[in-house]
Amino acid sequence: MGSSSSRLSNVPNGQELMQETGFSAAHLLRLYERFQFLDKDNKGHLRSEDFEAVQELSKNPIGDRIVEAFFLPGQETVDFPSFVRVLAHFRPKEKNRTREGAQQEPEPANSRNQKLKFAFRLYDRDRDGKISRVELLQVLREMLGMQVTEEQLQSIAERAIQEADLDKDDAISFDEFRK
Amino acid sequence: MLLLGLMLLLLPAAGADLSGSAAPHRGPVHAAPSAPPLLLLPQPGPQYGAPGVALARSAAEESAGTGKAEREAAEHHHHDGGYRVVQWEWSYVQTPYIIAIWLLVASVAKILFHFSQRFTTVVPESCMLILLGLVLGGVVLIASKKQLYQLDPSLFFLFLLPTIVGDAGYFMPARLFFDNLGAILTYAVVGTLWNAFCTGFCLYAAKLLGIIDERVQADLMDFLLFGALISAVDPVAVLAVFEEVHVNEMLFIIVFGESLLNDAVTVVLYKVYISFVEAGAENVQTADYFKGVASFLIVSIGGTLVGLVFAVILGFITRFTKKVRIIEPLFVFLLVYLAYLTAELFSLSAILSMTFCGIGANKYVEANISQKSRTTVKYTMKTLASIAETIIFIFLGISAVDKSKWAWDTGLVSCTLVFIFVFRAVGVVGQTWVLNRFRLVPLDKIDQVVMSYGGLRGAVAFALVVLLDGERVKAKDYFVATTIVVVFFTVMFQGLTIKPLVKWLKVPRSTNRKPTINEEIHERAFDHILTAVEDIAGLQGYHHWRDKWEQFDKNYLSKLLLRKSVYRKSELWEAYQKINIRDAISVIDQ
Repeated sequence: MGSSSSRLSNVPNGQELMQETGFSAAHLLRLYERFQFLDKDNKGHLRSEDFEAVQELSKNPIGDRIVEAFFLPGQETVDFPSFVRVLAHFRPKEKNRTREGAQQEPEPANSRNQKLKFAFRLYDRDRDGKISRVELLQVLREMLGMQVTEEQLQSIAERAIQEADLDKDDAISFDEFRK
Repeated sequence: MLLLGLMLLLLPAAGADLSGSAAPHRGPVHAAPSAPPLLLLPQPGPQYGAPGVALARSAAEESAGTGKAEREAAEHHHHDGGYRVVQWEWSYVQTPYIIAIWLLVASVAKILFHFSQRFTTVVPESCMLILLGLVLGGVVLIASKKQLYQLDPSLFFLFLLPTIVGDAGYFMPARLFFDNLGAILTYAVVGTLWNAFCTGFCLYAAKLLGIIDERVQADLMDFLLFGALISAVDPVAVLAVFEEVHVNEMLFIIVFGESLLNDAVTVVLYKVYISFVEAGAENVQTADYFKGVASFLIVSIGGTLVGLVFAVILGFITRFTKKVRIIEPLFVFLLVYLAYLTAELFSLSAILSMTFCGIGANKYVEANISQKSRTTVKYTMKTLASIAETIIFIFLGISAVDKSKWAWDTGLVSCTLVFIFVFRAVGVVGQTWVLNRFRLVPLDKIDQVVMSYGGLRGAVAFALVVLLDGERVKAKDYFVATTIVVVFFTVMFQGLTIKPLVKWLKVPRSTNRKPTINEEIHERAFDHILTAVEDIAGLQGYHHWRDKWEQFDKNYLSKLLLRKSVYRKSELWEAYQKINIRDAISVIDQ
């Protein structure tokens, strides 16, 4: 444990981040190294162009949405703590954590709810709390664009909203999404 | 004559020489020594019908004798009368007739079972079939003083087992299977090896300690051989029991996947130990152990490759079957079955071959063939598999009643039961502990209990033990009896109790949710998300490879194997249409 914690001190706010996100020291270190790798000009933060350097991401149909998710609204840069916080959503869940006092503590970053919130935010670009038909269409178009005609996309979106929209407001709220 | 016909029931089609044709790579070359006399009898049986191969040994000669006498009498009668308006053509139809009657009896029995609702929810079908088999076996035994039927290993391995495995492999949920492949492989390989060795060694220790009687003439090699064949989880039994219990899909796929993939291990261990037993324990050299390991790799990887080759062929053929829609299902059956037989031909793992052929071909074939063919394939496979399962269990019951084939030793039986149970539990717990370090969804204690309890042994073990050569393996009869008890115990006792156990432990059950378009959309979205996250974090994780595979598939495989018209459609759209059709049908059906 000695060597990794001494290198951990290089990571800004290392200890607090470990607490907050639940990543182990080794994980955090690796993420920091990755962060530095992506941060080509050594600015200390990432811009969207840095993300584009990841080749596989360009092939991913919803790649730019995901990149967007790293940036808090209005910001143009991502610092390391934000980077880690977003990735923390995808850490595997431990079942026996926070069994005690689960009600009072803030929800752990990688709980099911948080993961769903993250996905929801991806769809709901304008952050109004609902996925409207237009937003759904956009996602579908991105995922399927080449293969399906516009009418087909419309029908799929129509059906999806029909299935999920329980309060009939023609949009999917987070609760409806969760189910 | 009737007795003769009954005796000749069991192998309708199989070809010429029976000695040693029993599942060629499994049995020793000199099998059933009393069988040749049957062939040498001047065919008192039907001249037209099947050559007929059954394992009824002494019964054969005796009833052959009476049969011959009866036929001669009948022939005399025949020639006396001149022209007969209606004739008794029993000898002409007897083989298929008997088979059909058996199937009818089994199927009617199934109907009768379901009359009692309460009974069927408690007792699984496999139990009832075995009981029915016991009853029928008893009846036949009393009626003719000899046991006439047996579960013939070659019938089992060539016809019954492929039907069931083929059905399972073709309809295996591929995504779930590959998601859990790590766990499945671990349990199949490591778990089976652990079970086999521990059971074998401990039984030998029990013999040395005197718990097992002196009459059981077996030493270390024999016990290791026995351990190998009794420790494999059986796909037929798992399917039969789990089918009624409806545990959640992940648990089912792990246990069932294990039962399929451990075939390679079982085959290799069985072959290796048979050759060791034949050579004698003293002659075994270290080189042979290495050969064993090499053999395992060849058998498993070879089997898989054969299956994949056939999958590609099948996909490719179905691409061009537009004008011959009627025989589309035939291609599916033939090629999947050929995958099995080809692997058997080369002594590779036939179950692996068939499983991977089914999994691999499913995606392309289902897209290429017409809707009607899809339905035909599905229901034919399911019906055949159901028939095969029924036959297997009934014959298990019947075979148990034949006292001349087995010998009882309490020590051996009880030790075996205890050992397999204990070692399975220990093995599962140990492996799960290791696996949970790597898995996304950990397997908790309840899952482990169900997995240990669900390690059922079945007909495969029984067929393997019957195939043993009684001359080389002197304790064969004791092993046969023990295997019967083990199989009965697992299928019946564990089968009966697993439902209450699952309920009591509150195991998450499989949800029969109707597929929704939302699920399809979000599942795909999540795949992309997770792949992207992996890319950003610089990991080459599971999703990364999955994505690469999908790209490869889209650019090369699908182009090759899918019909042009299908290739352009998107999966999501297909899923959407399927959901719509399902809804429309359910509205009409009401």
